[in-house]
Amino acid sequence: MTTAAPPVDFDQFEEQTWKTRLAYVTRLLLRDRGGTLGFILFILIVLTALLAPVVSPQDPLEQNLRAAKQPPAWEEGGSWEQPLGTDTLGRDMLSRIIYGTRVSLTVGFFGVLIAGTLGMVAGLTAGYLGGRVDSVIMGVVNVFLAIPYLVFVVVVAAILGRNLINVILIFGITDSPIFARVTRGEVLRIRESGYVESATSAGAGTARILFDHILPNLIGPLITLATFEMSAMIFYEAGLSFLGLSVPPSIPSWGNMLQVGRQYLTIYPWIATWPGVAIAITALSFNLLGDWLRDVLDPRLRRSRN
Amino acid sequence: MQRYIISRTFQSLLLLLGVLIIIFFMVRLTGDPATLMVARDAPEEVREAFREKMGFNRPMIVQFSDYLFGIVQGDFGESLHFDQPALEIILERLPATFQLATVALLFAIVVAIPIGIIGGSNPGSPLDSLGRTLGLLGQTIPNFWLALILILIFAVNLGWFPSFGRDKTISVVLPAIALGFASMGQLVRLTRSAVLEIRNEDYIRTARSKGISTLRIGAKHVFRNAALALISVISIQYSYLLGGSIYIETIFSWPGLGNLLQQAVDGRDFPLVQAIAFFISFFVIALTLLTDVVYALIDPRIRYSR
Repeated sequence: MTTAAPPVDFDQFEEQTWKTRLAYVTRLLLRDRGGTLGFILFILIVLTALLAPVVSPQDPLEQNLRAAKQPPAWEEGGSWEQPLGTDTLGRDMLSRIIYGTRVSLTVGFFGVLIAGTLGMVAGLTAGYLGGRVDSVIMGVVNVFLAIPYLVFVVVVAAILGRNLINVILIFGITDSPIFARVTRGEVLRIRESGYVESATSAGAGTARILFDHILPNLIGPLITLATFEMSAMIFYEAGLSFLGLSVPPSIPSWGNMLQVGRQYLTIYPWIATWPGVAIAITALSFNLLGDWLRDVLDPRLRRSRN
Repeated sequence: MQRYIISRTFQSLLLLLGVLIIIFFMVRLTGDPATLMVARDAPEEVREAFREKMGFNRPMIVQFSDYLFGIVQGDFGESLHFDQPALEIILERLPATFQLATVALLFAIVVAIPIGIIGGSNPGSPLDSLGRTLGLLGQTIPNFWLALILILIFAVNLGWFPSFGRDKTISVVLPAIALGFASMGQLVRLTRSAVLEIRNEDYIRTARSKGISTLRIGAKHVFRNAALALISVISIQYSYLLGGSIYIETIFSWPGLGNLLQQAVDGRDFPLVQAIAFFISFFVIALTLLTDVVYALIDPRIRYSR
């Protein structure tokens, strides 16, 4: 396997421009095979979501009952016009998978953005102020973490009803305790470290310590966590759709497709197969990228290799 | 020791109270629980009668204290659908969920620990590569999709296992593998990294320089120390399996709590939903408490650190 990537060390350059930094990060990325693969997949997935109308061969909503239940092209009865086959209403599987990327990435991105922001503010407040504020915030966080996540999400989703905004809000709020806990732990660690102490004794104010010392050190661990959480959210969204609790059935999402595929599993197995493959590739990309980011941004958490 | 157990139990009870508060207010998120639980097209009189019957028209504080006292006395409300106390229905379903989670956990442990230990002891070996691959797959393959694929291969095509129900002993095999797969991946990763870390400890070097055989070092030093780290991981995985079986139980029609929760959510039977959410959270909190106590018993550092 590849050797462990060294932590980012920008100070080694005398003259730092964004060019030298970019070149350095690129070199680090290319050194890690998994990270490179994850990054390439990530770019492809994001492009697929952005360019869905351009790259999908057909309208994902257009029904064509004459071409319904067609297997993938390489199987008997398949056609290259619908390379991955069609669903029970004759809609093109490939185009639906492509459009499904949009739902998954939207939920993952905005969900993590909300969860990360809420969690970071709560964790910073708790960790920096300490004392009673800390006890109250972490008490609430621990209660939320005590309820099994899947149960929590399923119940809240059932109560609030199916639409994209609700799903994003549910994930954004229910996932924030994890960010709060990680942020608080980091803040405590940084606060105890020598450099914050010396900054305080040199007369640095709260704002200066927060923005110059604590926040920059939080970015690494939080970006890493965000990558993994995004992957987890894409799982959970698909699972909710699968139970009929996420976006309405009219929207092509991977979970909605799986739900239909499950009903026809034994006769038209490809309907359930492709969305699962799409979820797995997306999760693979985020996990490889996350592993690499953890190695590079957070040497303390570095995967033990040899 | 006694003081530690008492204070941890007290903390757990507080946590449980917090969970109860969340569960109580969850069904009141939309403002009117009657609208949530009564059929959407029901006339207003029916809704009003329902409010009267359930006591939703009383002050919130009265409702909550009633709810709390009910639970202390073992009254978890009535299921709207089954016309039966929620507690009875849950107790009926409990064994199936515990059986599934336990078999899934055993599957994960039996596969993951040997691979993790042997792989971690021989970095770069084929078994280590296998372990790393399994670790990654566990994180990237959603369990609801794995369940469908397992049914397709082992139930439909090969006919080795039943595809649903809990009638035969072997019925548990496919759901347990699908449910335990992610835990297996996680356990391989963590065992491997625990072993890699311990290998670099001073006491291992000392043992090695004393001429103790690799096998003996593995059994006496590496395994014992890794086991200590793994207890908490296994406990976390078990609670994850107990609370995470909704998809798997639904797909395999496994008569457990997860399946019941899905049905209850589907039928808007929220008193039952609340009771299930409470019970699953209760088991998770109890399990965490138990793990902490076990740790304190075997590792004196924890008991005296407070």
